[in-house]
Amino acid sequence: MAFSVNHPFLYLLSGLVVVFILAQSVHFLVKAARQARKLNIASGVIRKTILSSMLFSVAPAVSILVGVITLSKFLGLPFPWYRLSVLGAVTYELPAATLAVSAMGAPVTETITDAATFATIAWVMSLGILSGLLLVLFGLKKIQGGMVSLTGKDRRWGEILQDALFLGMISAFVGLLFANVRAGLPGFIPIAVALMSALLMLVCGLLIKVLKWSWLEQYALPLSMLGAMALSIPITAIMGGN
Amino acid sequence: MTTQKPVVTLSAYENQVHKAGRLWAGMALAIMLMIPAAICIYFDAWPPLSALLKALVGVLPMYWTVGIIEVFTFVPMLGTGGSYLGFVTGNLTNLKVPAALNALQAANVRAGTEEGDVISTIAIASSSIITTLIIALGVFLLGSLQPVLESPALKPAFDNILPALFGALGVVFISKNPKIAIAPLLFMVVLFMLVPSLSKSVSILVPVGALIAIGVARVLYKQGKLGKKA
Repeated sequence: MAFSVNHPFLYLLSGLVVVFILAQSVHFLVKAARQARKLNIASGVIRKTILSSMLFSVAPAVSILVGVITLSKFLGLPFPWYRLSVLGAVTYELPAATLAVSAMGAPVTETITDAATFATIAWVMSLGILSGLLLVLFGLKKIQGGMVSLTGKDRRWGEILQDALFLGMISAFVGLLFANVRAGLPGFIPIAVALMSALLMLVCGLLIKVLKWSWLEQYALPLSMLGAMALSIPITAIMGGN
Repeated sequence: MTTQKPVVTLSAYENQVHKAGRLWAGMALAIMLMIPAAICIYFDAWPPLSALLKALVGVLPMYWTVGIIEVFTFVPMLGTGGSYLGFVTGNLTNLKVPAALNALQAANVRAGTEEGDVISTIAIASSSIITTLIIALGVFLLGSLQPVLESPALKPAFDNILPALFGALGVVFISKNPKIAIAPLLFMVVLFMLVPSLSKSVSILVPVGALIAIGVARVLYKQGKLGKKA
C-alpha cells in the first residue's frame, strides 16, 4: 500500500480514537452528573460546572490545534490529531517525534515519506506516553488508599495536604514565569500577562462580592484567562516581544 | 455546600467508577498499542529494531518518570473518575487539572470528598468533550483556519496561555493559603531565575514544589498556625 502521512487509513484510525474519547467522556459525565444529583448538588451547579469548564477549555484547545498544525508539517494531519486527542501534550509529542526521526536519520524539517520511519515514530510516541495510563489502570485504588492513610482520620490535615499539593503545582508554574527575566524587558512579558490575569480575577471577585453577581463565580477563571490572553497582544507590542 | 463526606472507605459509586475506569483505561491502552501496529500491518512497514530501541532509550527514562510523578501529584486533585478520564485524554497540566481546580473552587467543594470527585469528573469530561470537538473541527476546517491561527497578530495570545491561566488560578489559591504558598513560590522563582533551562522540565518540578509546600504546611500545622485538628 502506497504510504502518505495524510492517507485516508490514518484519518480513519484517528477518527475512531476521537469517537472513543468522546464516548468515554460522555459516559463519565453522565455517571458523575447522576451521582451529583444523588449527593444533593444543585442542578444549577452541575450545569454551570459543565459550561464553565467548556468555556475555560476553548483557548487551550485552540492552542492544542496550533500544536497539531506544527506537528502536521512533518507528520501529516491525522497522526498528530490522534496523538493530541488521547494522552498527549505538545510539550511531549514534539521532542518524542524529533528523537524518533533522528534515530532513523531523517530530517525533522521535511514531511515523512518513508512508511518505516513513520511507523517508528508512531511506536515511540505511543509507547513513550504510557506510564501514567498503566499506573492508573493497575494502581489507582492502591495509590488512593495510600493517600487516605497519609491523612489518617484528621480531616483538617487532609484539607491542608490537598491545598499544599495545589500550591506545589501553582508555585512551579508561577516560578516558570520568571525563567526569562534575564533576557531584559521582553522576558517580563509572561509576568505582566499573569499579573493582568490575576487583576482581572480580583475584579471578578469584587463584582461577585459587591454586586452579588454569584453567576460570575463559575466564569471568573475563563474570562480572566481570555482577557489576559487578549491583553498579551498589546503588552507584547509595548514590551518589545516578538 | 456545608456537609461533605470525606472519602475513607470506597462507596458504591466509587467502586462502580473504578470498574468502569479500568475498563475504559484498558481499552485505551489496547487502542494505543493497536494504532502503531495497524500502521505497520496496513502499510507493511516495520520499524528497524535498532532505531526503535535507540529512540525509546532517549524517550522512555524521562517521559515514563514524568508520567509516574504526574500520577502521584494529580490523582489527589482529580479524584477517581477524573483520574481515569484525565490519564486517558491527556493535556493534564495545561487543561484538565486547572479545569478541575476551577470547578472545585467555584462549586465550593473540596478534592478528596465524594462531592469533589463528581465535580472534578464533570469538569474534566466537559473539558475533554469540547477540546476533542474543537480539535476535530479544526482539523477538518484547517484550510480556512490555518492563516488565522498562525497569524503573527495572534501569536502573543497563544504564547501566553500558561501565564494567563496560572495568574488567575494563582491569585485565588495563593491568597487562600499565603502561609503555605510563600516558601515553594520563592524557591521556584529563584530556581527558574538561576536555571532558566529548567523551563523544559516544569512537570518534574511540580512534585518538588508540592513536597516543599507539604513540609511547610506540616510544620505550621503542628505549631497550630493552620487551624486545629478536625
